[in-house]
Amino acid sequence: MIDTFLQQLINGLVLGSVYALVALGYTMVYGILGLINFAHGDVVMVGALTALSVCLGLAGVVPAPLALLAGAGAAMLVCTALGLTIERVAYRPLRHAPRLAPLITAIGVSILIQYSAALVWGKQYLSFPELLTPTSYALGGASITDVQLAIFLLACALMAGLLWFIKHTRLGTAMRATEQNAEVAGLMGVDANRVIAITFALGSALGAVAGLMVVMYYGIGHYFMGFMLGLKAFTAAVLGGIGNIPGAVLGGLLLGVIESMASGYIGDLTGGVFGSNYRDVFAFLVLVAVLIVRPSGLMGQPSGERA
Amino acid sequence: MKRLHPSLIAAALLLALQGCGKDEPPAAAKKAEAPPPPQEIVVKIGSASPLTGPQAHIGNDIRNGVQLAVEDINAKGLEIGGKKVKLELVAEDDEANPTKATTVAQKLVDAKVVGVVGHFNSGASIPASKIYSDAGVPQISPSSTNPKYTQQGFKTTFRVVANDDQQGPTLAKFALDKLKAKSIAVIDDSTAYGQGLADAFEAAAKAGGAKIVAREHTTDKDTDFKAILTKIKGKKPDLIMFGGIDPQAGPMVKQMSELGIKAKFMGGDGMQTPNFIKLAGTPAEGVMASIPGLPRDQMPGGKEFVEKFKKKFNADVELFAPMGYDAVFVFVDAMKRAGSTDPAKFLPEVGKTQMNGVIGPIAFDDKGDLKNGPITIYVVKGGIWEPLETVISGGDAKPAQAAATPAAAPAAAPDAKK
Repeated sequence: MIDTFLQQLINGLVLGSVYALVALGYTMVYGILGLINFAHGDVVMVGALTALSVCLGLAGVVPAPLALLAGAGAAMLVCTALGLTIERVAYRPLRHAPRLAPLITAIGVSILIQYSAALVWGKQYLSFPELLTPTSYALGGASITDVQLAIFLLACALMAGLLWFIKHTRLGTAMRATEQNAEVAGLMGVDANRVIAITFALGSALGAVAGLMVVMYYGIGHYFMGFMLGLKAFTAAVLGGIGNIPGAVLGGLLLGVIESMASGYIGDLTGGVFGSNYRDVFAFLVLVAVLIVRPSGLMGQPSGERA
Repeated sequence: MKRLHPSLIAAALLLALQGCGKDEPPAAAKKAEAPPPPQEIVVKIGSASPLTGPQAHIGNDIRNGVQLAVEDINAKGLEIGGKKVKLELVAEDDEANPTKATTVAQKLVDAKVVGVVGHFNSGASIPASKIYSDAGVPQISPSSTNPKYTQQGFKTTFRVVANDDQQGPTLAKFALDKLKAKSIAVIDDSTAYGQGLADAFEAAAKAGGAKIVAREHTTDKDTDFKAILTKIKGKKPDLIMFGGIDPQAGPMVKQMSELGIKAKFMGGDGMQTPNFIKLAGTPAEGVMASIPGLPRDQMPGGKEFVEKFKKKFNADVELFAPMGYDAVFVFVDAMKRAGSTDPAKFLPEVGKTQMNGVIGPIAFDDKGDLKNGPITIYVVKGGIWEPLETVISGGDAKPAQAAATPAAAPAAAPDAKK
């Protein structure tokens, strides 16, 4: 019983760390622009498929870790370029437009990326080459594979790195300043355009890593994989308090664990009335409940009036 | 949406006009004086399957099978009722989506197709069948195995595969007799196909004395099954049965091995694809799946078909291309016997089909189900699906559901009594 619980917790944390990594992309952009970048999930998808293609090409040619590294590098490069392009072409011209305009543009960009990817990679499921054979380790009755462990640790390291970057570097300070008040930050010599571009680049690069993790972990990728992943990550960001970076991490991990626990126990708890296919319903129910009690999310400050 | 409508209607009208224009005059002219055929009539055959999305590889496989049949027939030249006929393929994408399936069905009907090969998913075939039935257009599904599809009382529904009332119990019997499974966990993908197959399996397995220790559901979009597999692991089954398609089955088997679950894994036709082995990787070894029909190399026309298919599309046959191919020949065969390309005239002939297709002998019972559809159980060995054994369905494991499908039973009765 307890080992099943522990296993569900591990499943949830690994899944949650991927959600958190993607959620950061949403939350950083929202914090600075007040824009929900719905295309972010699809940027992650592009990263995933780029990594998949590179690894597929290199599998067997070079050692597995090198292939993965090359895949990650290529994905980060492509995603950063894509993130910067989206910002420059789609969002910057609309920065002072009514809020609805960039939101709808974001949805448009999302669809554009999806179907462009469908042209490039085709519409079927692609399988990721078996570069690593996961080794399982026993952990108090539960098992964890080295791949899971690597995903979890890498995600945590990246998130810690990002937090440090924002707190302790000049650029991070500039980002926080822009977040608080773009105009005043501008008067103090912060180039808002540059800061926003860097935010998009960072979020996209993190998303690229998350994309690689997802295709490597599940072994498959396809052109619309970004949709559900993006939706979940967005949910995680809202759960933690959108705009708040530690909140996104907390929200992601929490959402992963909730989903995992829900599919593990919901059937038994409701006497089989709701099956494990209700896990998403359950996850969103938790979101609704949290938002009723804390409308700005778990760690979000009530925004008051954004000047 | 608003802007789409007029153009759609216009397109449909145009198609309809074109159809009429080509259809009627030569028909009249032909009867008067036979020898010089001035024009050939174009007869449209519809194909409906998911051409995009996770099941696109299987849907395209079917469409390619249909296309191959159309081209083969045209290359040979076809004459029906003394008129030269050219077949034309109208392929539509239903996205494996029940709602989209009805839209597509209406589109095909509006395009004046004389018959439809499709859909792939039971969940799509069933809602679409009402539209074909209302329009009097015969529908042959190459792959939908949910029993309900042909049990709605429509005269236009046919299928060239065994249904799940046959497949589910066959799998269950195999699990109990050959694998000696005592405790079984059942998972389905919450679709008409997956759940239907899993239900049929579960009922038959229970009737056979096995214990169902867990019944779990996922969706046909999911790729993360760790949570439900962990739960199942706690119940220690010796077999896991999955009702669903390969995009789920592949990762599921992979995640099973990561969690250290030692249970055997089996499923239905939706996962018996090369793609499944690619997705699951090495843990695919030893996985079993049933598929209605004979093994491809034992199909009378199987070997030749596989080669032809490979040459034309530079792709391996995934699953139901041979069934799609044969379905077109069933239509053409019925048209020949009726001497007409009018669905109203040749529909009764479809039910009387007695032909040998790529997949073997094709004949329908009074509901439109394939008579004596064979079912083959495969196992993954050395990275490919190898046939284990073929069961001619109809009897054996049926008693539990005999009432549901009386029609298939008599023919197979001698076998069943053994």
